Amino acid sequence: MTGEKSTQSFTMNFGPQHPAAHGVLRLILDMDGEIVERADPHIGLLHRGTEKLIEYKTYLQAIPYFDRLDYVSPMSQEHAFALAVEKLLNLEIPLRAQYIRVLFCEITRILNHIMNITTMAIDVGAMTPLLWGFEEREILMGFYERVSGARMHAAYFRPGGVQRDMPLGLAEDIAAFADRFPKVIDDIENLLTENRIFKQRTVNIGAVSPSQALDWGFSGPMLRASNIAWDLRRNQPYEVYNKMDFLIPVGKNGDCYDRYLVRMEEMRQSVRIMKQCLEQMPEGLVKVKNYKITTPPRAEMKTSMEALIHHFKLYTEGYHVPKGETYTAVEAPKGEFGVYLVSDGSNRPYRCKIRAPGFAFLQALDLMAKGHMLADVPSIIGSLDIVFGEIDR
Amino acid sequence: MASQDLKELGTMIADEIGTDILSWSVDFNELMMTVERASIARVLLYLRDSETLQFSQLMDVCGVDYLGRDLRFEVVYNLLSLSHNIRLRIKVEVEEGVPVPSVTSVYSSAGWWEREVFDLYGIPFDDHPDLRRILTDYGFEGHPLRKDFPLTGYVEVRYDEDQGRVVYEPVKLPQAFRTFDFESPWEGMDFAVQTLGVNKG
Repeated sequence: MTGEKSTQSFTMNFGPQHPAAHGVLRLILDMDGEIVERADPHIGLLHRGTEKLIEYKTYLQAIPYFDRLDYVSPMSQEHAFALAVEKLLNLEIPLRAQYIRVLFCEITRILNHIMNITTMAIDVGAMTPLLWGFEEREILMGFYERVSGARMHAAYFRPGGVQRDMPLGLAEDIAAFADRFPKVIDDIENLLTENRIFKQRTVNIGAVSPSQALDWGFSGPMLRASNIAWDLRRNQPYEVYNKMDFLIPVGKNGDCYDRYLVRMEEMRQSVRIMKQCLEQMPEGLVKVKNYKITTPPRAEMKTSMEALIHHFKLYTEGYHVPKGETYTAVEAPKGEFGVYLVSDGSNRPYRCKIRAPGFAFLQALDLMAKGHMLADVPSIIGSLDIVFGEIDR
Repeated sequence: MASQDLKELGTMIADEIGTDILSWSVDFNELMMTVERASIARVLLYLRDSETLQFSQLMDVCGVDYLGRDLRFEVVYNLLSLSHNIRLRIKVEVEEGVPVPSVTSVYSSAGWWEREVFDLYGIPFDDHPDLRRILTDYGFEGHPLRKDFPLTGYVEVRYDEDQGRVVYEPVKLPQAFRTFDFESPWEGMDFAVQTLGVNKG
């Protein structure tokens, strides 16, 4: 030895069963000491063939598969599929249904962001936000249950509207939550935003420049953290988002800390949107009154033969969607969630490609982790907001 | 963007690019173009760098299998221009086994999506830096999203106590695979769609 340090690069296997991997991520890391030289994510361990299964189901039967993609923000994904089918059917849904959808999309956004922020905090060593945040998630999932009957896999947004109207008293309870929740955001922010350890673990870690963010197909909070003001709710508004008054937070450096800040602010804006929805929501129908597409009311089926036939046909054959294809995207909590739907005129989708935002983020992990320490990889993964249900499909 | 503007945009792009664009259309307010296979990378490069278009993001690449056509597969590229707020769908038609030029040199995000198309449809990509399977199991055979690939697949896995490892076996179905085809052959279900126009909300 001549005084020079001899280093040796080696390969490390991270996951697929690792608490910081946010699911079944397997990472092959080429390490030079503590420094990551290359990260090669292996995905597909949760591949369930969703797209193939959807090709064998009617349009209505496809809805529950969307809940099971990104299982922390189910309704946003149903929304993308419902909008795509409605586009092919040339269907406009009642105003009340649009408000309910926006209301629950924002509830979903809060659900997702609480999940992401608190688990990211736990990855870098902060336990308390998780305990506080999950209490609120529990309440939000209670709203899910009251409106759809299920805490997570709601199957509530359906082509033609929403499955049923909100039960009595729910609007008041959501309003009460919206009044109270900003305090919880403040509490969590008190713990994290100026926390020295949290900042040391996230500031300047995994920074992505605006041009890189575009090149790698980023969307949602990941894109906005890289200082690009782009939000489909504002730029390509759907439902009643153009009637809503809200701000779009943008980060400066595109690092893990900025992504955290963007998500924090988005939760506050979601609360604003929820309040506006509750104020403006009109009375009326919650699904189109065309029994070829949506089910007739149960009471009508007791007396009307025609209603009974409609119900039977709808749940066996389903409805036929005219020939055509569309790419419809919504601003899901994680980013642009798109559905490329091809219809051949039958009662089943010919092809349904699901464009998951997390897929693009994880692909750029190599770019973000290169040159960082091994201990930074979990905080980068935490800030990506990845859920394997949507990445592996 | 109104569909009239999209038509003008389509005419403009078609004039600029010329014969590489085989056809284009505007449906459901979405602009779609079919492009010559060999020149896909060149066309995307133009669309990305053109000052008037600036399609800076490739949001998605996916395959579609049209079993029975001569050019069996389609590879679909979804582009997004942030500065002009337009989406554009580019398609390439390709026969089985014929490679498509990779666009990873134009958009880095194409890397995994092309791997996915290769994995699920078996469409090879030329000049792809790392064309491996991505979603299916290590050592998987076949391309599951092809229309002639059965829904149940060919192999199943289970943990074998004696060998102490996971083993692969041909699929055994205790009950034959059933497809429920409820499509009614007589009455015009299309009628539902025809009435939709007047029966809004």
